[in-house]
Amino acid sequence: MKALTYTSFLGIACLVLEIFNLRKVAVPFVLLSLAAIFGLNLTEWNTNQIYYHDMLRGDNFAIAFTGLLIIIAFLLVCLSGNFFQSEETKLADYIAIIIFTLCGAIAMVSFSNMTVFFIGLEVLSISLYILAGSKKTDIRSNEAAMKYFLMGSFASGILLFGITLVYGASGSFNLSEIATYATSGKVDAIFQVGVVLILIAMLFKVSAVPFHFWAPDVYEGSPTLITAMMATIAKVAALAAFYRLFSTCFINSFHVFAWVLSFVAILTMLLGNLTALNQDSFKRMLAFSGIAHAGYMLLAIITLYGNKANSLFFYATAYSFASIGAFAIAMIVMRNMKSEKIEAFNGLGKKSPLLAFTLTVLMLSMAGIPPMAGFFGKYYVFLDAIRNHHLALVLVAVVTSVISVYFYFKVILAMWTKDSDEATFSADMPYTIVSLICLAVTILLGLSPSLISSLF
Amino acid sequence: MLLVLILFFPLVAALLTYAVGDKLAGKVALGLSAIEFVISLVALKNLAHHGIVSQYSHMWICDPKIFFAISADGLSLLMVLLTTFLVPVIILSSWGKEISNAKSFYSLVLLMQFALIGVFVATDGFLFYIFWELALIPIYFIALLWGENKDKEFRNTAIFKFFVYTLAGSLFMLVAFIFLYSKAGSFMINDLYALDLSISEQCWLAAAFFFAFAIKIPIFPFHTWQADTYKEAPTVGTMLLAGIMLKMGLYGLLRWMLPIFPHGIIALNPVLITLSVIGIIYGSIIAIQQGDLKKLLAYSSFAHVGLIAAGIFSLTIEGFQGAVVQMLAHGVNVVGAFFAGEIIFRRTGTFEISKLGGIRNLAPKFATCFILVVLASVALPTTNAFIGEFLLLYGTFEYNTWLSLVAGLTIILGAVYMLKMYQRTMLGETNSITAGFADLSISELSVFVILIAAIFVCGVYPKPIFEIAGPALDNILKTTLR
Repeated sequence: MKALTYTSFLGIACLVLEIFNLRKVAVPFVLLSLAAIFGLNLTEWNTNQIYYHDMLRGDNFAIAFTGLLIIIAFLLVCLSGNFFQSEETKLADYIAIIIFTLCGAIAMVSFSNMTVFFIGLEVLSISLYILAGSKKTDIRSNEAAMKYFLMGSFASGILLFGITLVYGASGSFNLSEIATYATSGKVDAIFQVGVVLILIAMLFKVSAVPFHFWAPDVYEGSPTLITAMMATIAKVAALAAFYRLFSTCFINSFHVFAWVLSFVAILTMLLGNLTALNQDSFKRMLAFSGIAHAGYMLLAIITLYGNKANSLFFYATAYSFASIGAFAIAMIVMRNMKSEKIEAFNGLGKKSPLLAFTLTVLMLSMAGIPPMAGFFGKYYVFLDAIRNHHLALVLVAVVTSVISVYFYFKVILAMWTKDSDEATFSADMPYTIVSLICLAVTILLGLSPSLISSLF
Repeated sequence: MLLVLILFFPLVAALLTYAVGDKLAGKVALGLSAIEFVISLVALKNLAHHGIVSQYSHMWICDPKIFFAISADGLSLLMVLLTTFLVPVIILSSWGKEISNAKSFYSLVLLMQFALIGVFVATDGFLFYIFWELALIPIYFIALLWGENKDKEFRNTAIFKFFVYTLAGSLFMLVAFIFLYSKAGSFMINDLYALDLSISEQCWLAAAFFFAFAIKIPIFPFHTWQADTYKEAPTVGTMLLAGIMLKMGLYGLLRWMLPIFPHGIIALNPVLITLSVIGIIYGSIIAIQQGDLKKLLAYSSFAHVGLIAAGIFSLTIEGFQGAVVQMLAHGVNVVGAFFAGEIIFRRTGTFEISKLGGIRNLAPKFATCFILVVLASVALPTTNAFIGEFLLLYGTFEYNTWLSLVAGLTIILGAVYMLKMYQRTMLGETNSITAGFADLSISELSVFVILIAAIFVCGVYPKPIFEIAGPALDNILKTTLR
């Protein structure tokens, strides 16, 4: 897990650039470094190394998710140069915080010790609290940061409490030692209480129903780039950590809580999709659809029972690329139209057919229509679920997928069939390029899903 | 490799059409789709020699095992031929008409052809599903963006209903496929045929498949999307939908549903065949009442496919053969009928039957062509639909006399609404709307000539169709009644 070390250095290097007034080179420098770190990360494939007295583990799961997170961060940094134009003096600071978010996320997907897990989660969360409030003069951004901070710290507290109880019962922070204790047959009641508390905190972080109330407000209030970050990096890292915990040390408790989790997944899919139906704001709609997607990924975790996480990884990849592309185009549209409503997309098909086409494909992918990547994501999740006899859950997932088509198509309809009065339209290069990259990946993974469908 | 060429040629054609720009798009699309038709005729020759058109299979996704497997027996090839025959005709039918953004329009039509051919040749269930869904995307945009009705809101709603309705059905089919995969470990059609499922499993899975196919066909009571969608779509889209796309559902019944779930089908059959027959009567009665030409044709199409479905569910070889002949016949006839409607709309700007009349006095060529198409639709002997309907009724008769009697009403009711429609639009007094009705242009006439030639050739000499489809149908029946 050299990637974690190097990204930490990269974050500090960014701050140093700020000191020496080298802001202009910050974006290219960070992009090059991230590419290098990505390559370095790949060299560790199949090595399964243990780092720092079993604090981190470089298994293939960790490497794959680290790679995904680095790519996401790369795309986000591409966008940040233009996004923070108004705050140019602080650009390097913001980029540094984005990199620190990435550090936290990497720690969350590669930990093998509870302390690293907690530190990773906190690094990620605190960076996001700051970023959510990065539009200092915007009252909504302030509100989002405050809300996120208050709710997030409660969740962190609950998580820490849970970890403490687990430590109290098992006498260790190490995942494999906890696993030995959990399978020993003499499991204390406080261990189970600890697991429940950790479970609640994780469900909060992935914004699963009924712990989702913070998500729409925070998503809507934060600057769009940061919303994209929360929807991708934070969510993917939290789900991967969830899987890591519950596929190793808590697998036995998992059998006890499976029905609760199934219930949560059903509620999350239903409520996320149903609430998204009535949204006027594009960002809010994506927030609710993000909740629903978390539901599908929870479904993957529940039905895996600690099996290989291929379906989770595929879904997370497809979802992340579709989200980032959609947010990139949304940023262009919001800049031009000064509005976050879905109506702002009216007439995009005439003004910029390329962007409209891209967003159409990305929306189709999110709705799970073949041959886009999102379809295969859903398909792999459903396949694993049916293999493990969760037919009822799959049926709910299918029905909610059909519901979701409605709101994704609202955007498509707005773009292609409605007209707008606004004549001028300009798209900044970085946004267009990022959305095209996302388009390419979405189609490529749809045509050839084998590329990443059986990594583990 | 020939089959691979047939499958991918339309995709290449779609890209080329998009590349040449708006001005040439129509001509290029027409030329390329005509070449595609010729290529598929070569495949027909191959079939005559070897009994099967080239197979092609290539590992596409390793886990879960999914093959890019295509092959064509007689049944598939006939469906492919129907597609490759109708697409150039449909493109020709839009000749001389102002189409905005023509390059996108024609490339979507060709993309649709690609997906349709894929559905008819796929032998891997997953591949079948992908093409099945893929066909939905181009037709959705064709209907949405090039529809002619002024009321945009209503059009958006109608087309969207169609999309969600069919998607919902298909997703249940997907779940059924995944379930089958978990049992068989493969999506290949022969592995699925060989599965040994319990009766209750078969019933549930067959119901999921039926849901997907019944919406697409459509079978009563899953037809509510149909009339509005046909009306709101541009006529080219309606022709694609009615002429080819609903054959996907019927083909799916024959190829995928009956042989995979033989016991399930036999258990469910009374319900399925009754629903189909209800559709025949229900569609005919509504068609009689319709004042809108396009909707009338939509409901008549609904009635006709009900009979085809009933023939398939009769599980007799006559029913199967009739179904194949009638699928081809219905494809040709319905395209002809919608084209006649389109010509009336181009010249008068309305589909309202009550506003029309007396067109025959002004346009004798059009009147002749139209009556021939109408007669074919009501299954007059020597037209293509006669053989099909006769065999379908015979098949239904073998299953149950009473059902066959009720289904037989379709011929009478069909004659009532089609001839009444012809009488009210073409005969009688010329009025202010129809005054100045110009007769057919050369391109319009050639569309009719091609279609009418097909109607009579198949009607007088249908034997080749039986010979081509025969072995494939025998196989399917044998597997179903195993």
